[in-house]
Amino acid sequence: MSGLKVLQIGPVVSVQDMGRPGLLERGISQGGAADTLALAEGAALLRQDAGLAALEMGGLGGTFEAVGALRIALTGAPMLATLDGEALAWNASHQVAAGQKLVIGAARRGVYGYLHLGGGIDTDSMLGSRAVHLMGGIGAATQEGDFLPAGPDANQETGLGVVAEDRFSGGALRIVESFQSGLFSADVLSRFGSTAFTRGGRANRMGVEMVSDGEGFSAAGQLNILSEVIAPGDVQMTGDGKPFVLLRECQTTGGYPRIGTVLPCDLARVAQASNGAALRFEWVTLEQGLEIQARHDAYVKSLPSRCEPLVRDPSDMANLLSYQLISGAISADADPFDTGVNT
Amino acid sequence: MSGQGLPEFPVIRTVGLQGLLVTFADALSEPSNRAALAYQAALRQVAIDGMVETSTSLASVFVRFDPSLVSHDQLRAQLESLLAEQDWYGAPLPEGRRFWRVPTVYGTDLAPQLAEAADAAGMNEAQAIDSLGSARVRVLTIGFAASQPYLGTLGEEWDLPRQTALTPMVPSGALVQAIRQFVLFTAPAPTGWRHVGQTGMRLFRPEMDDPFALRAGDEMIFEPVAKADFLRLREGDPNNGGAIVAEIAS
Repeated sequence: MSGLKVLQIGPVVSVQDMGRPGLLERGISQGGAADTLALAEGAALLRQDAGLAALEMGGLGGTFEAVGALRIALTGAPMLATLDGEALAWNASHQVAAGQKLVIGAARRGVYGYLHLGGGIDTDSMLGSRAVHLMGGIGAATQEGDFLPAGPDANQETGLGVVAEDRFSGGALRIVESFQSGLFSADVLSRFGSTAFTRGGRANRMGVEMVSDGEGFSAAGQLNILSEVIAPGDVQMTGDGKPFVLLRECQTTGGYPRIGTVLPCDLARVAQASNGAALRFEWVTLEQGLEIQARHDAYVKSLPSRCEPLVRDPSDMANLLSYQLISGAISADADPFDTGVNT
Repeated sequence: MSGQGLPEFPVIRTVGLQGLLVTFADALSEPSNRAALAYQAALRQVAIDGMVETSTSLASVFVRFDPSLVSHDQLRAQLESLLAEQDWYGAPLPEGRRFWRVPTVYGTDLAPQLAEAADAAGMNEAQAIDSLGSARVRVLTIGFAASQPYLGTLGEEWDLPRQTALTPMVPSGALVQAIRQFVLFTAPAPTGWRHVGQTGMRLFRPEMDDPFALRAGDEMIFEPVAKADFLRLREGDPNNGGAIVAEIAS
């Protein structure tokens, strides 16, 4: 069976797919990839189904050895990647020969990078998904010595790149009012929308802390509301009025009041914001939110048609790579490893 | 921009872009929890295009849906018409519920906060064990972690506030108490509730055909046993710790 042998691995690496919808009443949140757009990009690059599982790498990748020939794709937070020492373009698909060594380093921007295999990662499915759910006690983080088997791969195409939507540097999060928004005064809601936040140090697959100067965002009757269902994207205020944006692996119910819900299409921007990234919340109406989400869904559907052959020039890429390491401030548009398209 | 205002119950409100929440009360009560369970059971019988899943919380029913298949207005109208069909607060409990008798050690080193809880409830330990060990409680909702039940309601004397400081860690199967409820823990976790009893229930067994031990609406009683008996039962029955389960005749 072909696949990848894990020789070394970062601390927060796990197999993820779209998760397990339908188990809320059992106390299990959907979970799945923190950046589902990255899953869709990888699937488009490999010309395969977006429901297949990939390896999610938080902050740091690992070292892998190919068992058998494989197709791979790299998406999400751009990381330095080499195959037998040769730099690999990010947001691109590549052919890997048996025995080759793939090294994926630290994220240069953003948090979660994704390594996709042609045919998907074919670990055992549990309750309808291969996604590791750390909070729910389903599966475990990837360890050194693990083998990541590839599923049957009918396709052979590689060498494609896609221009990824930049969601790795913070920015605006569109948010709609939700059933507990009314617990907050109009002043607090308005101040929430005009406050500059940065991503705090407490962040994982369950949620991300938002930090701001000035007073917190407290609800009336904060401490005695009934525990109620949580939707991914809910912005929960802890006792001192500090916001946390809850992600797809959050708990299913909670007793802290929630000021609103970030649109599903902006959750990747939350998960991918690295520590200290600037973020703000932009209130939109339900109608606007539905329109924005529908446009995003259409964009995701169009990804396969947006994948184009990479133009390779190894000497050029090596030069650019060294330039990148020195400056660290090159714009995203000028970086071939972000776009995968070397023009 | 305005809040959704103070509701008159039952009320239907949005949960983000893809959810509606039908809430029967803003406080936990027997009728409001009963209404939530019965309404969810009825909703399951209605085929609504675009409805993805439902769940109950203490006094609400959540419906997740795909707005590209059914609009907010269409779904809201269908939920309203179902609400109008009967008095949900007086509805009978759903069928297919089960009754669990769970051997439980109260106090000892296995459940070290019994004395503290008894004191707060104005009882000695023996009285607390009698009171908690004879209370037949219902799974009001499953939440927070896989198959983890909120159970109630206990008498007024058990309306104890959550602790201000967390108990750093309770084990799987821990029975904890606050605000006229128990929670039975699925997995080791810190908690603001007091650890009064220990059971051998494994609530989430991912390797089994039916991995979830409990459903909302099930009833439970936590029967006091001596520590030595408990240890023997747990060894003999690693999944349920000697618990006996029976269907509740409707």
